[in-house]
Amino acid sequence: METKRSLLGRLPIISQLRKSVGLQRGMLVAGIALTLLFLLTAALAPLIAPYGATQRFDETQAPPSSVHLWGTTAGGYDVFSRTIWGAQTAFLVIVVAVALSIFLGVILGLVSGYIGGWLDRVLVVVADAIYAFPTLLLAMVMSIAISQGRSDMWSGIFSAAISITVVFIPQYYRVIRAETIRLKAEPFVESAIVVGASSVRIMARHIYKNATRTLPLIFTLNASEAILTLAGLGFLGFGIEPSAAAEWGYDLNHAQSDATAGIWWTGVFPGVAIVLTVLGLTLLGESMNDLNDPRLRGRKQAKKKKELVDA
Amino acid sequence: MTATIPVPVEEPAVQEPKRKNKSGGSLGKYLAVRFVLIFPTIFILVTMVFFLMRLTGDPITAALGGRLPPEQLAERIHEAGYDRPIFIQYFEYLGQIATGNFGRTISDNMLISDMLATYGTATLELAFNSLIVALAIGIPCGMLAAYKRDKWQDATLRVLAITFYATPVFFAGLLLKLLFSVWLGWFPVAGRASIGTEIAMTQLEAPSGIYWLDALRSGNTTAFWDVAQHSVLPAIALGLLTAGIFLRLVRTNVIGTLSKDYVEAGRSRGVSEYRLLTKHAYKPALIPIITVMGLQIALLLGGAVLTETTFEWKGLGFQLAHYLTARDFVAVQGIVALLAVIVAITNFIVDVIAALIDPRVRY
Repeated sequence: METKRSLLGRLPIISQLRKSVGLQRGMLVAGIALTLLFLLTAALAPLIAPYGATQRFDETQAPPSSVHLWGTTAGGYDVFSRTIWGAQTAFLVIVVAVALSIFLGVILGLVSGYIGGWLDRVLVVVADAIYAFPTLLLAMVMSIAISQGRSDMWSGIFSAAISITVVFIPQYYRVIRAETIRLKAEPFVESAIVVGASSVRIMARHIYKNATRTLPLIFTLNASEAILTLAGLGFLGFGIEPSAAAEWGYDLNHAQSDATAGIWWTGVFPGVAIVLTVLGLTLLGESMNDLNDPRLRGRKQAKKKKELVDA
Repeated sequence: MTATIPVPVEEPAVQEPKRKNKSGGSLGKYLAVRFVLIFPTIFILVTMVFFLMRLTGDPITAALGGRLPPEQLAERIHEAGYDRPIFIQYFEYLGQIATGNFGRTISDNMLISDMLATYGTATLELAFNSLIVALAIGIPCGMLAAYKRDKWQDATLRVLAITFYATPVFFAGLLLKLLFSVWLGWFPVAGRASIGTEIAMTQLEAPSGIYWLDALRSGNTTAFWDVAQHSVLPAIALGLLTAGIFLRLVRTNVIGTLSKDYVEAGRSRGVSEYRLLTKHAYKPALIPIITVMGLQIALLLGGAVLTETTFEWKGLGFQLAHYLTARDFVAVQGIVALLAVIVAITNFIVDVIAALIDPRVRY
């Protein structure tokens, strides 16, 4: 019983929940609740949504009623169902995008930080160039390059995810590279070299585990950015086709002209869905970040500058 | 020492170590390296976009595909030179850039420099307006949050800041349109100005392209009023997003400086809390704030694309989306090159400011 409790207490979110008090606890709990709501909606979309994501009806722009809980769009989609299914699309895109960028970012960061030399310099300059550029614009160009001509759900999700990946790799890369450089000078790495461990083994065993400790935090913070980028892409018409899957950003694009005519229900619901999801993930990520390091609040600035120097 | 003296005494005390370090020899070298780094940044982005755009197909098929028989299409592509090996096209493009010749847009045959000037000023106007909104909201609210740290005011403002961040500009824009244009009827739904004003603006001599400036210069008050009304909603939509970030920045930094010894010393000498906040804590906190504000330029530009599309504000972002759909390589490359230059130069300026202020940055 005792060991079980302490094991439970060591799980990331639960241990932070214990440490928190007052406002921070409130923000963390709100973040957990909203994130859970999002995950549940994504998982249970087929059960919750009364209609399919791409099912069209004859009534267009119908106001909310008992048949169509949140009304219908100009294209005859059911707003409630599209909003629910949109959670699933967003979830899939985030998972693919963040998994890909972590995978590539960690490998590049480890190799670049450990080996150093010209490879390191070139990668740093490239990563900085990409990092500095507006993420959305790069994602737009990427998605045009990737998605030409394909429109089914999975290729749409992958092209959106890869577009987002390209802009996120530099963030993971920078963090892991900085950690790797720091760890390289640690005694345990030196002793591993002396013992005769290969570079690959040192990177994969000794450095990898130590350097990736901060990743869950960046992951939560990035997930919210990924949702915003996906919605932005969809809004500009470079995301997933509406006939392939429900996507909040795209629905909001079409809702703009509805809003001019005073039709509010096509835009407000998917919009609120984006806000709540991003809010939940941000609250979760930020409170975990704050709680992990009590001094962090005052030190955010110093950290940012240090990254600049490393670059 | 009386309560009023510490301010003039404090300031040189903060600045003096800075001056001393400025004479350190490495600053010039550091800045030179930073300056040289501008070029690879631009080069890498331009190269990336060149090859990415070439992957997307060609502008002629995008414009005429399906309407022309394949042979004719191939002939047109051949005439335009899009069937040559990609590296030849690439080096030709680099050569053109080096001589400052960016070519003409394919879809509407404008000189790239004209296109950038026309739409760039619109984006500049939007960015300027929204920056005013962001500063007017972000800085006072951030100071209040820092001062009332962990009280209910702080909690409310912080949650508001995160909510602003979580709201995409196009959704904020939609809500603003619904509320202020459709239901209340206070502001127009979209555009930079009414048609009448737009025409009046084009007839001006040597227009700056920034409408409110032009309207002011020509003394046309109705036009100015019209432009101002059109500016409000886009400026708020984009400004709120940035205001959230400024609020958090100001809060974090003012909290940092409020706990410094010299603030405590001022308090013990009986300096009022208001004065401590606005004079002692705020000014030193401003330095990192300016640095990070510069880094927000990328966010502002990304947000501008969405804001412009939401409000049909014909700026660079609006046009970029349009040119991308038309596969207009030349135009997209031109816009990306300009944005890359802006971002790279802003980052350079930020580095310079950071290095001048904090000697630890340069080594």
